[in-house]
Amino acid sequence: MQKDKKFVVSFPHIGNYYIPIYNLLKKLIDEETTRILIPEKMSKNTIDVGSKSSPEFICIPFKYNMGNYIESLNRGANVLIQAGGGCRYGYYAEIQEQILRDMGYKFTYITLLDPEGINILNVYHKFHSINPKLKLKDFVSYFLFTIKVIHILDEFETYIRENMVFEKEKGNLEKIHQSFLEELKNVNSYKELYFIKNKYFKLAKSVRKEDNQENYIKIGIVGELYTSMEPFSSLFLEKELATMGCLTKRYTTVTYLLFEKGKAQNKLLNKASKYVNYALGADGLESIAHTLELINDGYDGIIHIKPFGCTPEINAMPILQKISQDENIPIIYFTFDSQTSEVGIKTRLEAFYDMLVMRKENLNRNGREIYG
Amino acid sequence: MDKYYIGIDIGSISTKAVMINQDRKIIASEYLWTEGNPIEATKKVITKLKEKMPIKNPKIYGVGTTGSARNLVGSVVGANIIKNEITAHAIGTLSIYPDVRTILEIGGQDSKIIILNQGIVVDYAMNTLCAAGTGAFLSSQSKRLGIDISDMGDIALSSKNPSKIAARCTVFAESDLVHKAQIGHKKEDLVAGLCNSVVKNYLNNLSRGKKIKDRVVFQGGVSKNKGVIKAFENELDTQIFVDENSHLMGALGIAILSQKANKEEKELAFDFNIQDIDFKTLGVECKGCSNNCEIVYIYKNGNVIDKMGGRCEKFNLVEAKSS
Repeated sequence: MQKDKKFVVSFPHIGNYYIPIYNLLKKLIDEETTRILIPEKMSKNTIDVGSKSSPEFICIPFKYNMGNYIESLNRGANVLIQAGGGCRYGYYAEIQEQILRDMGYKFTYITLLDPEGINILNVYHKFHSINPKLKLKDFVSYFLFTIKVIHILDEFETYIRENMVFEKEKGNLEKIHQSFLEELKNVNSYKELYFIKNKYFKLAKSVRKEDNQENYIKIGIVGELYTSMEPFSSLFLEKELATMGCLTKRYTTVTYLLFEKGKAQNKLLNKASKYVNYALGADGLESIAHTLELINDGYDGIIHIKPFGCTPEINAMPILQKISQDENIPIIYFTFDSQTSEVGIKTRLEAFYDMLVMRKENLNRNGREIYG
Repeated sequence: MDKYYIGIDIGSISTKAVMINQDRKIIASEYLWTEGNPIEATKKVITKLKEKMPIKNPKIYGVGTTGSARNLVGSVVGANIIKNEITAHAIGTLSIYPDVRTILEIGGQDSKIIILNQGIVVDYAMNTLCAAGTGAFLSSQSKRLGIDISDMGDIALSSKNPSKIAARCTVFAESDLVHKAQIGHKKEDLVAGLCNSVVKNYLNNLSRGKKIKDRVVFQGGVSKNKGVIKAFENELDTQIFVDENSHLMGALGIAILSQKANKEEKELAFDFNIQDIDFKTLGVECKGCSNNCEIVYIYKNGNVIDKMGGRCEKFNLVEAKSS
């Protein structure tokens, strides 16, 4: 058997962001000593092994992360990366590291965000420890490049999400999406990046779509970030809605969280001032302000999603219930845990859709509001 | 020529079927236990329906299925519409109470609340993780107390001083019940206490943030229990309407929807002799990826008529061998 590299780096999944992460890591490492291991695709097995070695009452992203780690460790990984964030997520790293060590795994653990926030110099030092050849100047320029990759990934995926429902022959956009991801994985320069962007946007726009895009049911999705961005954890909620014939919109993407959220804070507080005077932690404020924005934009209904026990979103829920009454707009709430049966979700989604269709027909017919 | 429509509601505990005429009046109905076998229950329910219907060889113009086994049974009977139980219940109830504003529904394994306005569903909720406010809980406790579930309502009504029984969770409720029984509470007080706890649990779980307005209609299997009806009336301080067919509303609703769905008014090839047809299901694990989706094949007299259960298109490539 061929001897493995000294360092095998792996990380948890979230949506298709493994593409920019892989792309960045490949540039940061020394290929002679290190290889990157993309974690196995999310599956029932991921959540099974993840739940087994996680505290029962921890929120679900923790369990998925653990599943990804264990699957990677079993395939030879010995360097693990974790990000970190503003809620319980901020404590994931320490607990996960401890559990995995208790299980007997040996590995180096790199956290990108420290409790004080992200410090690019700290991150540089951490990567420098596994690749002494890495220069600060290169590190910074790779980092900036990755930001652009994420930008374009989000832009393209948003386009796919919002147009999937108009497709005449289903499945074409999905295919284009897959080959887009494949090419993006190994992009090396800004020139290549823009070439890929133009090529695939052109392709996606040339897919035959319904001409009349007016009378679709429009649903906004708000809530916690992991369940928003990792389709496996929401049992492919967005895809399900698109198959039913709903147009969906969500704000939460990595681009939004990293580069827009901070700036938008005051604006959001302003927008939601009737209901909240301060941020609720993590994305609680976003859920409220975005719901108001979606109502303003004429969306027919809102879906709020969160992992079981997600405190910031639980804080947002009573306020959303109030908004639902004040603004006379249906909002349904989904809580995700380690269950993998989508029957219950499908029944509720279908009923929600039927309800919105009935409301809309009535509204069009009578030209007046129906109050609940 | 009269046209007839059939609605089948296959729940986890009971299976209901109705046959309606084109004026949406129920002309035959049947209610029986699912007993964990939706296909067998469907066969039985249709055979019973055939015995009960007042006419011979009716022309069937629509068949609809709803309830948790709707997809499976839908392909077995060749339904022209398959819909979720929330929509079906709303439509069924509206056909009897056009002015209904609130539907309280408690079934065997789940419970829901549907809020309507001017005949439009405007809000709903369905319980997700709790069995406390459902029929299954009442039935298990009636066994514990050694009484028949159908007598529960009358026994509860005879109580003058209902026991206080925890409403949050079946585990707490059960230990409360045992404790109160052992310190000498009367049986009727315990039963009345149980009915109250089911209602409290239901309202705590489902009606949060929802305004319950008149007219309030109560349905589902548990609506046959007078003790629960009274507990609702006390708790909500309003009159609760319970139709004589309150347990059939889902089936009625889906029958009406099957009429609406058949816009071209084509007659369906519906076979009342379904008892003689051999249906088999076969579960196969799709090996397309690590999800290992369980694909269910449905065979009619040995031929595949449908398969379901895959998350992506790959499962179409899986071949199953008939046994």
